[in-house]
Amino acid sequence: MVQQSTAPARPRPAAKQPVPRAGRRVRRHAWWTPYAFLAPFLAIFGTFVAFPAVLGVWMSLHDWDYLLPNKPFVGLDNYLDLFSSATSAFSRFWDGMIATGTFVLASVPLLIVLPLFMALLLNRRFPGRTFMRGVIFMPYVLGVAVVGVLFRFILDPNIGILNFLIERSGLIHVFGLFGVDAPIPWITAQPWAWISLVGLTVWWTLGFNTIIYIAGLQDIPSDLYDAAKVDGASRRQQFRHVTLPGLRPVMVFVVTLTVLASANMFGQSDLVTSGGPGDSTRTVLMVILDEGLGAYRMGTAAAMGYLLSVVLGIVSIINFLALRDSDRPRRRRRTSTATEGTG
Amino acid sequence: MTTTASRPTARNTRPRMTAGTMLRSSMFWLMLAALFVTFFGPILWMGSTSLKTYGEATSIPPTILPSTFDTSAYDTLLSLDGQYPVLRWVLNSLVAAAGHMLLVLVVASMAAYALARLQFRGRGLIFTLIVSTLFVPGFVFIMPNYLIIDQLGWLNTVWALIVPGAAGAFGVFFLRQFFVAIPSELEEAAALDGANHWQVFTRVVLPNAKPALATLAVLSFLGNWNDYIWPVYVLFSPERLTLPAGLKLLQGAYVTDYPVIMAGAFVASVPVLILFIFTQRYIIEGVARSGLKG
Repeated sequence: MVQQSTAPARPRPAAKQPVPRAGRRVRRHAWWTPYAFLAPFLAIFGTFVAFPAVLGVWMSLHDWDYLLPNKPFVGLDNYLDLFSSATSAFSRFWDGMIATGTFVLASVPLLIVLPLFMALLLNRRFPGRTFMRGVIFMPYVLGVAVVGVLFRFILDPNIGILNFLIERSGLIHVFGLFGVDAPIPWITAQPWAWISLVGLTVWWTLGFNTIIYIAGLQDIPSDLYDAAKVDGASRRQQFRHVTLPGLRPVMVFVVTLTVLASANMFGQSDLVTSGGPGDSTRTVLMVILDEGLGAYRMGTAAAMGYLLSVVLGIVSIINFLALRDSDRPRRRRRTSTATEGTG
Repeated sequence: MTTTASRPTARNTRPRMTAGTMLRSSMFWLMLAALFVTFFGPILWMGSTSLKTYGEATSIPPTILPSTFDTSAYDTLLSLDGQYPVLRWVLNSLVAAAGHMLLVLVVASMAAYALARLQFRGRGLIFTLIVSTLFVPGFVFIMPNYLIIDQLGWLNTVWALIVPGAAGAFGVFFLRQFFVAIPSELEEAAALDGANHWQVFTRVVLPNAKPALATLAVLSFLGNWNDYIWPVYVLFSPERLTLPAGLKLLQGAYVTDYPVIMAGAFVASVPVLILFIFTQRYIIEGVARSGLKG
């Protein structure tokens, strides 16, 4: 991607000093020029990213109630409360973690596997391929609010189209074998509420992962497939020994991103199930925002937020270690762009 | 991006249609048809329902298309002025998304130019700092930013929607990768002609980065248009809401009056669907690229 042309573009008269690496020019600007270019971004970045990151830690160390004038320092109490089952914050937080964890465990495998097959399908050559890729991706450009209210309607137990189709097609008899009668309570009873939330999330975001996989598939050199065919590999063997290893770097990215996205689930529960039935689909993000911006107990909420991000960080590291290319040192991805950055 | 797709297991010779290949081929097209219905159907259903009467929308069996195109749901939406000013929401969403998009383009491209092309002390550190925030989940910033917005007097204003999101690292990172790849000969030639860095930036680098800028513009616009959590918390008066926050309000008020809710959802969808149809290439490119950089 990055052209590191070592050949000089034009002959330099008696170049004495060694040319700086990667054809970088010598500095030809005032010392403040770079900072002037950076200033607008850094001003916003400092105000809304760097400072809040510090402010958040500060809040989490205080009994920070938005409505009260006094915000006494409490040290690590806000964090310790989340580990002591005697506090009310404890059960709210961990119930939320369980809900989010359930959603992550149920949605991530589907969002890893289904888009992979979708990508294989849409990577074949056929008329209308670009169109179909667009159709698959289209739900993703709708926001969670639109998707939420739309599925609230589709899943409506009494007048929703889904129950109608299931009953009319006779599929309800299959459900009947498991003791499930019409109408199926998609929103008001478990496990249906989770099935609904996972299903609509898959519908909504499957195209996103599919597009990333397709880009990854196109990056696999076709001579690897030719070589495999010469060796008499079947399609299944090609998939197993060429496609999957070739997709591994993309897979690491997709898994990490999908886990984080699912762990951030908020709008689907908020709009479709309102956290119900009971509080079973009240995700940890809903708990945190209710705590901080609903009840204004911002110190506790900030502590919850940091604890959650530490958990997510650990999960991401585990993902990375589990999926990285440890046993195949030979296929390093071209990292020319990455090394450029340190120059 | 990369060259055209090389189909992994392409048939080089086209075999005669046997019963087996015909079966497989029709299975393939059936599968595509099923996918089309699954992914496009719900969107159609939303539009179709918005044009039905309440009675028709709740009738069993449901009708696929409205028997008569009935605009009463839209009439209701537009007559709701005081409490549910849908047209204001459209306007608010447009202003917020467009303003956010412009701000991102300006500040991210300037920062990316400095990080890609200029040499200065602390460049590596600043770049690392910016990129490292890509890995911090966004919810960590919501509460502190709520306080900061409050201090700035921006609660319940469009500024709360335009500015904070522009601090995102993605735009800088994305554009920097692109700028680094532009051959520097062009810039050197301009510099030899006496252009200063601002002129090089605006006359050489930006015109050469149009595809990347277009991608970032569309992604920023979409992201802001669809944002849900932040507007729900920082906006309170009905006339200040954006469409996603307004939809939540509408759903609360019109619980099962689905034609009205679907009409609201459709109003929120049509602009982005049109945008998607015309800029599909940029959006898909941007998403694909973000994956390859991971």
